[in-house]
Amino acid sequence: MDFDLTEEQRLLKESVDRLMAGAYGDFEKRRGYQEEAKGYSPKLWAQYAEMGLLGLPFPEAQGGFGGGPLETMIVMEAVGRGLAVEPYLTSVVIGGGLLRLAGRDDLIGELVGGEATFALATTERQSRDDLFDVATTARRSGEGWVLDGAKSVVLYGESADHLIVSARTAGQRRDRDGISLFLVPGDARGVSRRGYPTQDGLRAAEIQLESVQLPAGALLGAEGGGLPLLEQVVDIALAALCAEAVGAMEALHELTLDYLKQRKQFGVTIGSFQAVQHRAADMLVALEQARSMTIYAAMMAENPDPAARRPAIAAAKALVNRSAELIGKEAIQLHGGIAMTMEYKAGHYFKRLSMLINQFGDTDRHLRVVAEAGGLEPAA
Amino acid sequence: MELRYTPEEIAFREELRRTFREKIPAEIRRKVSEGRHLDREDIATAHRILHAEGLATPNWPVEWGGKDWSPVQRYIYIEEVQANAVPMPLSFNVAMVGPVIANFGSEAQKQRFLPPTASLDIWWAQGFSEPGAGSDLAGLKTTAKREGDHYILNGQKTWTTLGQYADWIFVLARTNPAAEKKQKGISFILVDMKSPGVTVRPIITIDGAHEVNEVFFDEVKVPVENLIGEENKGWDYAKFLLSNERNNIARVGFSKEKLARVKERAKETPAGEGTLWDDADFRRRVAIAEIELKALEITQMRAVAAQRHRAADKPDPTSSILKIKGSEIQQMATELMVTVAGPYAVPMPSHSHNEPPVGPDWAEAAAPLFFNYRKVSIYGGSNEIQRNIIAKAFLGL
Repeated sequence: MDFDLTEEQRLLKESVDRLMAGAYGDFEKRRGYQEEAKGYSPKLWAQYAEMGLLGLPFPEAQGGFGGGPLETMIVMEAVGRGLAVEPYLTSVVIGGGLLRLAGRDDLIGELVGGEATFALATTERQSRDDLFDVATTARRSGEGWVLDGAKSVVLYGESADHLIVSARTAGQRRDRDGISLFLVPGDARGVSRRGYPTQDGLRAAEIQLESVQLPAGALLGAEGGGLPLLEQVVDIALAALCAEAVGAMEALHELTLDYLKQRKQFGVTIGSFQAVQHRAADMLVALEQARSMTIYAAMMAENPDPAARRPAIAAAKALVNRSAELIGKEAIQLHGGIAMTMEYKAGHYFKRLSMLINQFGDTDRHLRVVAEAGGLEPAA
Repeated sequence: MELRYTPEEIAFREELRRTFREKIPAEIRRKVSEGRHLDREDIATAHRILHAEGLATPNWPVEWGGKDWSPVQRYIYIEEVQANAVPMPLSFNVAMVGPVIANFGSEAQKQRFLPPTASLDIWWAQGFSEPGAGSDLAGLKTTAKREGDHYILNGQKTWTTLGQYADWIFVLARTNPAAEKKQKGISFILVDMKSPGVTVRPIITIDGAHEVNEVFFDEVKVPVENLIGEENKGWDYAKFLLSNERNNIARVGFSKEKLARVKERAKETPAGEGTLWDDADFRRRVAIAEIELKALEITQMRAVAAQRHRAADKPDPTSSILKIKGSEIQQMATELMVTVAGPYAVPMPSHSHNEPPVGPDWAEAAAPLFFNYRKVSIYGGSNEIQRNIIAKAFLGL
C-alpha cells in the first residue's frame, strides 16, 4: 500500500505541469488554439511529442516510454487543470491504446513522433454509448475490405490522419460478435467529414463512409473480434477521463476558493458566510473521493479480466461523475454572475466537466454496470 | 503506487482474522453483525479475550502493552475487528483515557491505572459533553474547585455512553473560570463513580435502548492526585484524545460488514417472482453505497500511507472528510437493511423468550440500528462542525 509517485513520475508531473502552465496559464491563448484549423495548436502538439508525452503509454519495445495508466493519469490531470484542447485522449490514449493492444507496432512510430493523429469512430446515430451497436458494414473485396456507413460525434475526426472505425463483418446490428476494427486514412476516397466545435471547446466530426476501399492490412486485431479490444481501450479511456476530471475539479475548486476570499458583499468576503463555507467543504469532500477512485481506476485499467475490470472502472466513472456534477454546479453558484460569462474561466471548466460526465457512458449506465456485476470486490 | 498489501501484511491480516473468528464467541459476533445491543457481559467478554491475546491496546506505548505496529498494520487491525463483527475493545479505555494517562499521567497514575484499564478491571466513561456544551465543548460549566488536597466537583455531564457500567469517569471540568480564553481554564480529572455525590440517570434513545446517561456531580470530593498533567491544561489533553480517534473515524470495516449482510439477506428475501436482489432499483442503491465506500476506503488508505510523511500538527482535512463520508455511508448501510427487512422492520421486538420474532430473526434489529445510527453524523464533532474545520483550517475561508 503506497501512494507515492516514483522519482520518474514526479519529474513527469513537474514537466507536464510546467508545459500546461506555459501553454494555458493565459486563458486567452486557449481561444487562439481553438481558432486554428485543427482546433488545436500543431506547435503545442509538437511540444508534447518533444517531451515524449505522445509515446508515454507504449512499451519501450514498441518505441514508447514504458508508461502505464498511472503516467496517463498524471498527464490527464494536467490536461484537466489546463482545460487543454489537444487530442491527447483520443489520439494517444485511445488510438495509441488500440494500436498497442492490437500489436500494431508499425504505426506507433508516427504517433509517437507527432506525425500522425488518430481518432476513434464508433458512435452511430442509434448507438448512444453501446459499443456493440454497429450498423456500419465492412465486406471483403478481393484481398481487402469495403466499408459503408456513418459515424457520429467523432472527437477530432476531421483533423485525424487515421480513423479507427468499428464496422460489422458479421451478425446483426446489436450482436456482440462480428465487429471488426479498421484503420481508415482520413483522406481515403469515400470518406467525407464535417467538422464542428463542441460545447466544451473541442472539435468533433460527422463522418460518412461510402464504398471506402481498404487494403487487408487495415484490419486492426482479429476479424470479428473488435469488441473486447474496444471495451478494453474504452476502460483505459474512462480511467484517463477520471483523471482529467480530477484535474479540472481541483482547478475549479481552487478558482472558487480564490473568488470566495476576494469577493465582498455586505462589507465582508462571501467566504466568511457559513452557508458558503459548507458548500466549499462539500466540494473538497467530493474532490478527494473522486481522486481516490481515479487512483483505483488507474490500478484496474490494464486488468485483462473484464469481469474484474469493468465494474471497477464503471464504479470510478460513476463516482467521478457525481463529484464533477456537484463541483461544477456549486462552482457556478458560489461564484454567482461572473461564472455565467464566457470571459471567465469557471464556466469553461463547468462545461468541460458537464460534457465529460456523458463521455463513454453517463452515471446511470455505469451504476447499472456495477449493479449488474453484483457490486465491487474488496480492494486488497 | 500500490493499492495491495504486502505478503507480510496479508499474513498479518490472516492471523488476526483467525484469532478473531476462533476466539470471540460466535453469539457475540452474531449480535454485532445484526446490530443488536451488547450487554455488559458481551462487551467485557470480548474485551478480555482481546486483552488475553494482546490485542486490546495495540495503540498504547509498547511498555504498557502496546504494539510496535506500522500505520498500515494499525489500519488492518481496525478493519478486521469491524469486518469480523468483533466488538471494539472499550474505546473509553483503550482509545481515550489510556493513551492520555500513558502520555500525560504521572508515573504513579500509570502504575495505578494502566494495567486495570487495559484489562477492563476498570470500566471508564467519558465525561465531556454537557447539556449546554455539545459542539461548543469548551463552553462546559462543570466546575472543579481546589480545596486543600481535593477538588470539589459540581455540574452535569450528558450523553455518557455506557456510564451505567462505569467504575471511573474522566471529566473535563473548569478549574479557572477567570481564564482569558475558555479553553485555558479546563482540567482533565479522573473520578471514581462510587464517590458520594455522583448520580447516573439513564437516557433512553429513539431505538429504545439504554446506551447513554446523564451524570450529575454534587459536591463530589476528588483527591488532587487524580488530576492528569497540569491544572488548566486539560483542553490540550482532550484534543490529543480526540485526535487518536482519527484512525477509526471512517469505520470502513463496519460499513463493509453491513453492506455484505445487506446483499446476503437481499438474496434470500422473496420479492416479486424472485428475490429482492433481482430488483434493479434496489441493486442500484447498494451499488451507490458500495462505490462511495470503495472511494472512502482508498481515501482512508491514502491517509494511512501519508502518516509516515506528515508532521502530526499540520492541518489535515482528511479526518474531517473521513468523518463526514464515513458517517453518511454507515447511515446508508443501516437504512438499506431496513429496506431489506421490509414489513418485518415494523414490529417491535418481543422481550419475552416464549414468543418468536414476527419475521426473520435479524429483521427486528434493522430499524433500531437505523434509528441509533442517526447519531454518527452528530457525535465526534457533528458533520457541520467537520465542514467548519475543513473551511477554516484547510480552505482558509
